[in-house]
Amino acid sequence: MNLQSAMHPAGPDGERIAALSWLLFGGGGAIFVLVMVLVLVAVVGGRWERRLLGSRRAIVVGGIAFPVVVLTALLLHTLGLARAIGLPLAGGEPPLRIEVVGHQFWWEMRYPGTLPDGGIVTANEIRIPTGRDVMLEVTSADVIHSLWIPALHGKIDMIPGLVNHRRIRADEPGVLRGQCTEFCGAQHAMMAFYVMAQTPEDFAAWLDQQRLPAAEPDRPILALGRQVFGAAGCGGCHAVRGTEWNARIGPDLTHVGSRLSLGAGVLENHRGTLAGWIAGSQDLKPGNRMPSFAAALDGQELRAVAAWLESLK
Amino acid sequence: MTPPDTAGDALRHDAPLPNPLPRPPDELPRLERIWRSPRGWAFPWTEVNNNWIGVLYLGTAGLFCVLAVILSLLMRAQLAVPGNDLLDQETYNQVFTTHGTMMMFLFAVPAVEALGVYLLPAMLAARDLPFPRLSAYAYWAYAVGGLGFFTSLFFGLAPNGGWFMYPPLTSHEYSPGINADFWLLGIGFIEISAIAGAVEIVVGILRNRAPGMTLARMPLFAWAMLVFAVMIIFAFPAVIWATVLLELERAFDWPFFLPDRGGDPLLRQHLFWFFGHPEVYIIFLPAAGAVSMIVPAMVQTRMVGYGLVAMALVATGFLSFGLWVHHMYATGIPSLSLAFFSGASFAVSVPTGIQVFAWIATIASGKPKLHVPMLFVFGFLFIFVLGGLTGVMVAIVPFDWQAHDTYFIVAHLHYVLIGGMVFPLLAGLYYWAPSAAGWRLSVRLGKWVFWLLFLGVNLTFFPMHISGLIGMPRRVWTYPEGMGLEVWNMLSTASAAVSALGVLLLLVDLARNFRMSPGGPADNPFNAATLEWLPQGNYAARSIPRITSREPLWDQPDLAEQVRQGRHFLPGTVTGLRETLVTSPVEARPQYVAIIPGPAWAHFIAALCTAGFFLSLTVKLLWLAGIFGTVAVSAILYWLWTGTDLGPVVDRADIGGGLCLPVYVSGPDSVSWWAMVVLLLVDGTVFACLGFTHAFLWLSNGDAQWPPPGMGVPEVAFPLGSLALLAGCAGLLWLAGRLLRQGRARAMGGVVLLALPLFLLALGLDLHAVWQAGIRPTLHAFGAATFANQFWQGLHGLMVATMALYLAARAFAGLIDPVRRITFDNVRIFWLYALAQAAAGLCLTHLLPRALGTG
Repeated sequence: MNLQSAMHPAGPDGERIAALSWLLFGGGGAIFVLVMVLVLVAVVGGRWERRLLGSRRAIVVGGIAFPVVVLTALLLHTLGLARAIGLPLAGGEPPLRIEVVGHQFWWEMRYPGTLPDGGIVTANEIRIPTGRDVMLEVTSADVIHSLWIPALHGKIDMIPGLVNHRRIRADEPGVLRGQCTEFCGAQHAMMAFYVMAQTPEDFAAWLDQQRLPAAEPDRPILALGRQVFGAAGCGGCHAVRGTEWNARIGPDLTHVGSRLSLGAGVLENHRGTLAGWIAGSQDLKPGNRMPSFAAALDGQELRAVAAWLESLK
Repeated sequence: MTPPDTAGDALRHDAPLPNPLPRPPDELPRLERIWRSPRGWAFPWTEVNNNWIGVLYLGTAGLFCVLAVILSLLMRAQLAVPGNDLLDQETYNQVFTTHGTMMMFLFAVPAVEALGVYLLPAMLAARDLPFPRLSAYAYWAYAVGGLGFFTSLFFGLAPNGGWFMYPPLTSHEYSPGINADFWLLGIGFIEISAIAGAVEIVVGILRNRAPGMTLARMPLFAWAMLVFAVMIIFAFPAVIWATVLLELERAFDWPFFLPDRGGDPLLRQHLFWFFGHPEVYIIFLPAAGAVSMIVPAMVQTRMVGYGLVAMALVATGFLSFGLWVHHMYATGIPSLSLAFFSGASFAVSVPTGIQVFAWIATIASGKPKLHVPMLFVFGFLFIFVLGGLTGVMVAIVPFDWQAHDTYFIVAHLHYVLIGGMVFPLLAGLYYWAPSAAGWRLSVRLGKWVFWLLFLGVNLTFFPMHISGLIGMPRRVWTYPEGMGLEVWNMLSTASAAVSALGVLLLLVDLARNFRMSPGGPADNPFNAATLEWLPQGNYAARSIPRITSREPLWDQPDLAEQVRQGRHFLPGTVTGLRETLVTSPVEARPQYVAIIPGPAWAHFIAALCTAGFFLSLTVKLLWLAGIFGTVAVSAILYWLWTGTDLGPVVDRADIGGGLCLPVYVSGPDSVSWWAMVVLLLVDGTVFACLGFTHAFLWLSNGDAQWPPPGMGVPEVAFPLGSLALLAGCAGLLWLAGRLLRQGRARAMGGVVLLALPLFLLALGLDLHAVWQAGIRPTLHAFGAATFANQFWQGLHGLMVATMALYLAARAFAGLIDPVRRITFDNVRIFWLYALAQAAAGLCLTHLLPRALGTG
C-alpha cells in the first residue's frame, strides 16, 4: 500500500478527486484513441470516410462542436465537485484546527488551544482523529513551501505572510505520508512528514500525553544526556517544554521520542538514528540547517544525548 | 504615401508580367554582387542576411538544446535508482534550473524565432526583413549571452531556484550567491533580444509581402509568426518587469516580495505566469504554423479550413492571456476566480482542436506520402494530442491540486513542448533543409531518428504521469525506496537513453548531409506551393513575384521560371544598395522600395558588448560593465548614424509594371514608424505591469498601509510643477516639428536641446518630492513601488537624453530636412510617449494614495 499516492485515497476528498481522476483518464483515453483512429482513417480509410473527414464541416464538428459540448459538461461537473469539496463534511462538530508552518526543510505543527497558554507544538507529523474534519491552517516561516497529503487531498501552498486553509479528513486509522511540493531550496527532496490518523480515543490519549512537559531524567545516562544537550548549545535552536530551553529555530523536542521519523521523514526514530542524526546531519541531509556535531561530542556524550531525547516520549 | 494608381492594374492576375525580356545583361550580376556575403575574416561576424543569420540562429538554438538534453540525461541518471548520490543536491538543483531555463529561453523561443527569420523573407518573397542588422544584433547578443549563462554551471554559479525563480527563495536572504543573478541578468537581456526579433517579424510580415499577397492569401506559417510576435510584445514585458523587480530587491533591498515589509511573494507569480502561460503558445503556434505548411505539401492538396485555422491562431493568442492563474491553483486564490480560470483554460483548447481537425481533414483530402517530415507530423499529432488532453485535466482545479508540482506536470509539459514544438521543428528541419542546403537530409537516418525519438520520448515521459500521481514531486534530487517509484523511474531513465541516441543520429545526419549552399535549391523536392520554394539567392527571389492565390506555385505554373528570369517586380537593384519592397499591410500593394543595410561590424560589436555588459554586472565587475556599456552604446549610435535614415538616395524607382515608387518615406507609411510604434507597445506594457505592481501591493497591504505610517504623500505643488514642466516640454516639441516643416532644421535642433532639460527637470523634481516626503525604497513595499516608478522614469530620461542629443547632432550636421526626417519622427514619438508615461507615473505616486483617502 502506497502511503503517498493520489490514486490510493484514504479520505472523502481524496476519494472524490481520485474518482474524478479515473473519469478524466477514461474520457481522455477514449478521446485520444478516437483522434488517433481518425488520423489513421485519414491516411488509409476508404474513399467515403476520407471525403467525410476531409470537409470543412468535419473541422467544425470535430474541432468546435465536440470540444465545446464535452468541455461544457466537464466544467459543470467539476464545478459541482469543487463545491462539494468545499462544504463541511461532518455534521455539527467544528473542525479541529491545526497550524502547520513550513521551514527549510521541516514542518512545525501546532495544536492551538490545547494548553492554557497556547498549544502543543510538534514537528514533521500530523496526528488527526478519524472521522472528524481537520482544518489545516498553513503558512511559512521562510520561503514558499507546499503541503501535500495526496491520500487525503490536493496540495496547498504555504506562503510567508499569508495563511491558507485546507480541510482534510481521514476515514480509517493508519499512517500516511506527505511531502513538500514547492521547490524550497537545497533539501526540498527531503522535506516529508507523516500523517497518523487515530481513533478519537487514541488521539485524545496522545494529546494528553503531549500536553505534559518533558519528563525529568530518571537514570544517570539520561541526566548526562540532558546536560550534554545544554553544553553543546542545542537549546540555542530547540525548545524542550519543562526545561530552560525554549528557542523556536528548530523543531520543538518536548516529545521527540514519540515521533515517527527524524529529519522530516529522512530516518526512522530511535536511539541509534538519533545519535547518527546529531553526529552527521549534514551527511544524512546535506544543506539542512542543523550542523553536524560529530566533532563536538565524543561517543559517550552522543549516546547520552540520544538516549535522553529518545526518552522524551 | 498613397500607392500609385497603376498598382491596381499591375496587380491584376491577367495583367502582363511587370518586366519584359530580355533583361539587361548586368542586372543579375549587379544584384548578386550587392547581396554577396562578406568573405574571409569578416564572415560570419558581419553578416546580416537572413538566410545566414537564420541558419546560425537555428544552429545555436540547436546547440543549446543539445546541451540542455545532456543536463536532462544527468538528471535521469541521478533519478534512475532511489537514494542515488551521482549528483549532490546542490548540483542537481543547478542542473534542473539550467535545463528548464535553457530549454525555454535559449532553445524554444529562439528556435521558432530563428525559423521565422530564416523562412519569412523567402515565404513572403521579400529580399530580407526590414531590419536585418537588428536581427543580427539580437542573434549575437543571444548567442554570446547564452554561452556565458551556460558556462556558469562549470563554476557552480548557475541559478538553483527553478526556472520560475519564486521569491523569497530567490531573494537575497535565501539565495545570497550570484547564482540567481545569472538568471536575472543573463536571461533578462536575452528576453530583450527576443523582443527585438518580434519587432522585426511583426513589421516584416505586415509590410514586406509579395505584391498581391493579401492577408487572406498569406501562408499560415506567417499568420502563426504574426500572432507569435504580437504575443511576445505583450507577454515578455511582464517577465522583464518581474525580473527587474527581483533584481532591484536583491541588489538594493527594495522589498517587493518580502511580506515582513509589505511585499507579496505572489506578485512575482502573477507577473511571471502572465508571461509564462502565453509563452507555451508562443512556442507552440509557430510550430503549428509550420505543420500547416508541411501537411499540404506532403499530401499535395490545399489546406482545408484555412480561414478557420487562421482564426484559431488569433483566438489562441487572445485566450492565452486569460489563464495565467491556472499555474497558481494551489496558492489559496478564491474559488470563484479559480472557476473563471478553469473555464478560460478549457476555452483555449477549442482553437487547438480546430487546428488538429484541419490537419486531419487536409490529410484525408490528399494523398499522404510517408516522407520523413510526414512521419514527424504523425509523431507530433500523437504526442501533442496526448499532452493536450492532460492539459485539460490539469485545468480542472481539484485534479490540479493533486497533479500540480509533481512528475505528472513534468510529463504533461514535456508532452506539450516536445510534441507541440520539437516534433514540428524536426518535421520542418527535414522539410526545409533542402531550401538551405540544396538537397535533402538522409531518408534512412531520418526514419531512424524518428522512431528512436518517438519511442524514447513516449517511454520516458509516459511513466512520469504515474510516478507523479503515486507521490513523486517534481524538482527532487532523490526519492526514497519503497514508494513504488523505482520501476517507473528506471523505465524513464532507460528510455531517455533511447531518445539521446535519436538526437545523436540526428546530429550525424546533419554533419553528413547539411551544407549551406548560398545558391539555394535547384528544385522544389516536395512540390510545395509556397514562395520559399522559388529559386533563391541571398537576395531571395530574383524578382518579386506578383501573387494571385494562396498556393502560387500550384496556380501559376510558370512562376518559378518567370521569377528566375526577372520578369516580375524589382528584378535588380535600383539604388545600387540592398533593397526590399514595402507593401501595404492588408492588400499588399507596393508602396515604396526600402533601402536596407548590408554587412557591418557595428552591430556585432554592440551585441558582444551588450552581452559583456550584463555578464559583468552579474559578476559585479562594475568598471568592466561601464566599459562594455559605453562601447555598446557608441557602437549602436555609430550603426544608426551611418546605416539608417539615408534619405531619398534616388528620386524614384521603376520596379516594372508601370510602378514608379519612392525609395524614402517618412511618417505612418514607413517601416521605421511601425517599428517604433511596436516598440512603444512593449514599453507601454511594461508600464502597465508597473501599474499592476502598485495596485497589487496596495490590495495586498490594505488602504491603511498605503502609504504606511511614516511615509507621506508629497505636497500637491510638486506634481503640479512636474506636470507644468512636462507640458512645456511637449510645447517645445511641437515647436520643433513646426520649425522642421519650415526647413529650419538647425533651429529645430536648438529647440530640442531646450526641451531636454525641461523633461529631466520634471523627473528630478518628482524624485525630490518623494524623497522629502520621507518615502524610502527599502523600508516598505510602498516605497519600493514608488521608487520602481522613479527607476523606470529615470531610465526613460536617460534614453530620451541620448536620443535628443543624437537628434540635435544630426540636425546640426545637416542630415535632417523636411523630407529626410525619420530620425526626428522617431525621437518625437518616443519622447511624447515618455512624457505621457511620466504624467501617468505622477498619477500613480500622487493620485492613487489621495484617491484612497490615505494621503
